Amino acid sequence: MLEIKNLHVEIDGKKILNGLNLTVKAGEVAAIMGPNGSGKSTLSYVIAGKEDYTVTEGEILLDGVNVLEMEPHERAHAGLFLAFQYPLEIPGVATMTFLKAALNAQAKSRGEDELSPGEFMKRVREAAGQLGINPDMLKRPLNVGFSGGEKKRMEILQMSLLAPKMAILDETDSGLDIDALRIVAEGVNAHRDPNHAFLVITHYQRLLDHIRPDTVHVMAKGQIVRTGGPEIALELEERGYAEYLGNAA
Amino acid sequence: MPAVKETVETVRQIDVDQYKYGFVTDIESELAPKGLNEDIVRYISAKKNEPAWLLEWRLEAFRRWLTMQEPTWARVHYPQIDFQDLHYYAAPKKTPGPKSLDEVDPELLRTYEKLGIPLREREILAGVEPQNRVAVDAVFDSVSVVTTFKEELAKAGVIFCAISEAVHTHPELVKQYLGTVVPTTDNFYATLNSAVFSDGSFVYIPPGVKCPMELSTYFRINEQKTGQFERTLIIADKGSYVSYLEGCTAPKRDEAQLHAAVVELIALDDAEIKYSTVQNWYPGDKDGKGGIYNFVTKRGDCRGARSKISWTQVETGSAITWKYPSCILRGEGSSGEFYSIAISNGMQQVDSGTKMIHLGKNTTSKILAKGIAAGRSDNTYRGQVTAHRKATGARNFTNCDSLLIGQQCGAHTIPYIESKNASAVFEHEATTSKIAEDQLFYCMQRGLDEEEAVALIVNGFVKEVLQQLPMEFAVEAQKLIAVSLEGSVG
Repeated sequence: MLEIKNLHVEIDGKKILNGLNLTVKAGEVAAIMGPNGSGKSTLSYVIAGKEDYTVTEGEILLDGVNVLEMEPHERAHAGLFLAFQYPLEIPGVATMTFLKAALNAQAKSRGEDELSPGEFMKRVREAAGQLGINPDMLKRPLNVGFSGGEKKRMEILQMSLLAPKMAILDETDSGLDIDALRIVAEGVNAHRDPNHAFLVITHYQRLLDHIRPDTVHVMAKGQIVRTGGPEIALELEERGYAEYLGNAA
Repeated sequence: MPAVKETVETVRQIDVDQYKYGFVTDIESELAPKGLNEDIVRYISAKKNEPAWLLEWRLEAFRRWLTMQEPTWARVHYPQIDFQDLHYYAAPKKTPGPKSLDEVDPELLRTYEKLGIPLREREILAGVEPQNRVAVDAVFDSVSVVTTFKEELAKAGVIFCAISEAVHTHPELVKQYLGTVVPTTDNFYATLNSAVFSDGSFVYIPPGVKCPMELSTYFRINEQKTGQFERTLIIADKGSYVSYLEGCTAPKRDEAQLHAAVVELIALDDAEIKYSTVQNWYPGDKDGKGGIYNFVTKRGDCRGARSKISWTQVETGSAITWKYPSCILRGEGSSGEFYSIAISNGMQQVDSGTKMIHLGKNTTSKILAKGIAAGRSDNTYRGQVTAHRKATGARNFTNCDSLLIGQQCGAHTIPYIESKNASAVFEHEATTSKIAEDQLFYCMQRGLDEEEAVALIVNGFVKEVLQQLPMEFAVEAQKLIAVSLEGSVG
């Protein structure tokens, strides 16, 4: 599904990613753990196409196609989704309006008709209900005045409506209390199937108690330095990142 | 290429000309000779077969104008206008005055159809629910060519016709109110208008009547080297209500054209006037060549107690806009409102805002202005709020927000606030923001392309004002905003 080869990335002349390699297979839930400053967020932004970063070397392939040549919205159309660590506020635009614009844009890219208003409402209500989102919130401008937890739920709502084949969750657990964490995790788990893949970026083990990853990668100094099963997460929880900070190139 | 750089590049290259109304109607016109002197003023007055008092009124204004200087305080720049190089009167030959529809040149009807303004009542009636009907006065260059639904309005006692017609059919009303809100001596352009005004709409709503449909005037400049000087006068008698909308377009021409209108509104006791404008004059090309100089004076007089006047404007066109729809809050407890969206792109220059003059006790006013600048344009909000000595308990709330798209545009907010009464309460809020790259990226990550993302963010920004427009026009205005900003991003 997602294949990253020898990725080198700079921002303002400063090197952040140093020849990173990573593969996520269809149906897989992969986790990336790493200390602050290891380049986790940079990786998620570069995959989604944020413009501040310069890729100096390497490729990012989605189903064999290099996405580095695509605009952010084309990557979204290709099935990439990023749940933001800090979701943006869009004043004056009702959440419902935003959801509709996003769904319609993606339907259009696939050459499909827009959803009928009835069908759209039905899907949104259903998905919102599962995430414990009050329908009144959908009338409010997107993320304006929402709490940290509400914003994160809204990201998961968008994810479940857009049903991307490759979803990246960037520290979705930060700022969540334990109940919200569980609901968000359920939102992800509900979409696990052989056609969808997830890349869960996190600093802590606790999210992985609820979303059981198939694979855990440890990232440090702009590289994946270790890959293994869920047991790595527990080990990190106990021993911290110190050894990786010393060892990495 | 990074999006910011690309945006700048694209803006540089665009033919601002997404302008869809730039066609010319091929129609034979009768033109006044170029230039401006007393004979031209007499010529116009004679064309309209005006009474002596009105000619005298015009001549007085003209003599006054000769002594006046063009204002230079606005933040706009343009080459000197040669007032002798313009035609001050242009009329389609076959339709020299308001007629019934059967007599209107079919070429004109086709023009208005092309602009999306159907004038044949039968056609309008076919597809529209009665409560959504709109009566239209169509002004083409210097004359009103037709006014629809006049008879039906007359049943309610509403007078809606060309001002040139009202001069003959209701001289007492015209004489009583003309120039009482914007006097002939008011300012350079208003004085010029008083001397040479050609046509425009006249509305009178009798006491206690709620006008049964929306009224609107559609202004079209067609002829080249011609100035349009329309004059609109709306009187809402005691306890009446009217909602009025004006729209404007013009063909693409290489030379700039002058449009200097005057609008006067008068609201008597407990009356309410809601005046909306969707201004889409030709904005000129990407280098600022051509386009309309829109130098207009619009003022409402809340003459009666508890009267109310509200201005809503969506300004997307014109090369230069110089416009301050204002309210004189004279009647006790009267209120004024100003809602504005001013969008500038390409090389457009906007200097617009309002004046709220609190004269009476317990008068209230509200200003909500949203300016959006893109391309290499300049967008200024200029607003004045004053309370006079007797304006005890006056209140104003002002909110001005500016949004910048790209790196080469400018937004400015210039408020003038003055209170001579200690009990007046004036509040002023202003913000300037830039569409953040992060917001754009966020929307694009969800699948919107850059233009869709900008349109969505901008529509969110102007939403509060759009809500003030009559429903049918709000949809139109929303589309217009999207079109105006086409090409503002990469």
